[in-house]
Amino acid sequence: MDILSSYLNDLFKYLDVPLMLVLPYVAVFTMVLVTIQRYRTAKFTYSSLSSQFLENRQHFWSVVPMHYGIIIVLLGHFVAFLTPSVITAWNRQPGRLYVLEVFALAAGIATLVGLISIVVRRLTVSKVRVVTTVSDWILLVLLLIQAGTGISIAIFVPWGSSWFAASIAPYLWSLTELRPDIASVTGLPWLVKWHFANAFLVIGLFPFTRLVHILVVPNPYLWRRPQVVRWYSDK
Amino acid sequence: MEVRAQTSMVFHLDKCIGCHTCSIACKNIWTDRRGTEYMWWNNVETKPGTGYPSLWEDQDKYHGGWDANGKLQLRSTSKAQVVANIFHNPSMPTLDDYYEPWEYDYQNLFNAPEGSDQPAALPISMITGEQIDIESGPNWDDDLSGSPIYAENDPNLAGLTEDQRRQLFAVQRLVFFYFPRICNHCLNPACVASCPSGALYKRGEDGIVLLDQKRCRAWRSCVSACPYKKTYFNWNTGKSEKCILCFPRVETGQAPACFHSCVGRIRFLGVLLYDADRIEEVAKTDDDGLIDAHRDMILDPNDPEVIAEAKKAGIPDSTIKAAQQSPVYQFVKVWKLALPPHLEYRTLPMLFYVPPMSPVLSSKNDSTIQHESDQLFHDIDQSRVPIQFLANLLGTGNESKVRYALKKLKATRWYRRAVTVGDVDMETARRMLSEADCSPEEADAIYRLSALNTVDERFVIPPAHREEAVESTEDPMDRKKSAGFGFLAAPKRGL
Repeated sequence: MDILSSYLNDLFKYLDVPLMLVLPYVAVFTMVLVTIQRYRTAKFTYSSLSSQFLENRQHFWSVVPMHYGIIIVLLGHFVAFLTPSVITAWNRQPGRLYVLEVFALAAGIATLVGLISIVVRRLTVSKVRVVTTVSDWILLVLLLIQAGTGISIAIFVPWGSSWFAASIAPYLWSLTELRPDIASVTGLPWLVKWHFANAFLVIGLFPFTRLVHILVVPNPYLWRRPQVVRWYSDK
Repeated sequence: MEVRAQTSMVFHLDKCIGCHTCSIACKNIWTDRRGTEYMWWNNVETKPGTGYPSLWEDQDKYHGGWDANGKLQLRSTSKAQVVANIFHNPSMPTLDDYYEPWEYDYQNLFNAPEGSDQPAALPISMITGEQIDIESGPNWDDDLSGSPIYAENDPNLAGLTEDQRRQLFAVQRLVFFYFPRICNHCLNPACVASCPSGALYKRGEDGIVLLDQKRCRAWRSCVSACPYKKTYFNWNTGKSEKCILCFPRVETGQAPACFHSCVGRIRFLGVLLYDADRIEEVAKTDDDGLIDAHRDMILDPNDPEVIAEAKKAGIPDSTIKAAQQSPVYQFVKVWKLALPPHLEYRTLPMLFYVPPMSPVLSSKNDSTIQHESDQLFHDIDQSRVPIQFLANLLGTGNESKVRYALKKLKATRWYRRAVTVGDVDMETARRMLSEADCSPEEADAIYRLSALNTVDERFVIPPAHREEAVESTEDPMDRKKSAGFGFLAAPKRGL
């Protein structure tokens, strides 16, 4: 096990520049450009293709835990990226650190369990299989890897909420500010690097998959009046 | 007062023969595409029966329509619930509540390997292509009154006494009528109010409720919110679809396909002017006052004040003129014969139904069959379809409005019989008319529009003036030589 682990660490060290430096930029630029392009040319496809109508029960037990889990985990990542000091301040007491880690791990497991049930549902329910596309399968595999590596990190490389602030946040900021510096992440275990590279793969493929539905969550509904009337003439 | 025009409808149930021509006309034009096979924007149900989707009137099951406990509130969702339930809609009907569309494997008749039996064309699912057992269909309980699986579970039987139920289902006295349904193009549509994306909207000019396919994001709220279950989810494109009242036909002066093809000539289409300021207030009225409030918000198109307000609101003269000639206005407001279905859902439907008369009740006396009794309206209260049943369907549970309409229909029929056949005496007929709040002139007008109507009398469609409407937003010359309407890319999914 140790041999495999050190072998993988070496392998990922060779790939540091392509995975940690080139891939993030390629992925983000692809995402921005294609997302805009798809919105302009294929607005009709800008949503998820719901299959609840074809199968209702398993839908609930797979889609709901996956979404709530992934939203909590993603929010955690964003907070740690945007305001690392808040997390380190919170984690100063070990008790609070445990609470945060266990909560994040629970959300991660909900995501993974949800994803696995989604895969099972899409494989076993023939009507749902009809509306499942190749891009759905690619996305599901990537998300399974993402959730799987994330949970493994939480278990085998614990207290991530603390070391994220120390090594990942500075690295991400260096990418954001266009003065890339991968020094703070080259020493991280291969598992973390894989999680990282896979995340950027998902970001790069974002506009080619059903993930675009994240961009059209219906926030205006919360403020608009109940009834909508459209006039053809100027009114 | 904010006057708006609404293209409204009347279905005369007494004349519906349940031939389903309307359903087929609609299906052939609009819903023969992949993903829409199970949709019937127009369907005809047998009442009593459970309908399509099964038990759609059971709002404890589907949570459609509005609640009005001081404040109007959708039963299926709210702003907070939309956020919490965005991933899984808890009141969403599934394909099983409608039916799984099927086709027959005719190729098997040609390709089957040689065997000892004749090859058969087995049913295959139009979704998966796999063999299926057909368990229900769009008309599964057609003519099945008396059925313990279908008719006895009709939600409109609530509140009927055991006697009335027995009367309805007794063998040899079984009775049923047909109930054709399309989108009601409501004034307070639950589908529009529930749509998180704002894709559903009511057209200001004619009140037709439409769904913007490019803005629909498959949140599915409209399907659960509509108490009539008249928005449908296209599982192939991931968009909801609904009856569009054949607006491309209406805009060119033609009646919608289901109206046009109706062999019983039961369908009427015309403009109603209404006061849009009162929508919320009317929708909040308690059950007993609902029908009157709904009728009150429909304005008299001959009232000079209404005409002035309508002009101020930008309603074209041609639309006002159409409202004055509207057959719907006659049935709904002047004669009070047509009633909205399940107004207690508070969506304020603008499709109205003339309640059906039951078959004549006869009695056998010394082997002669008699159709008369001393009470002039006896067969309304002892009719084979209990009046409470019709009241649950068309009168918010209140019998009086249904009884009023049925009395007038019966008096008209009696009066016309006295005029044309002469086997009943005119004096009785006139007494019935006065008891039914109807003058001989009114009876003649009802008879004329119900029985002798022409196409132009049934469908009074004002010009849509789309050419002017387009001018304000785009150059009409751009449209020259382009074909069709809307966007022309194929509705392909896969991303």
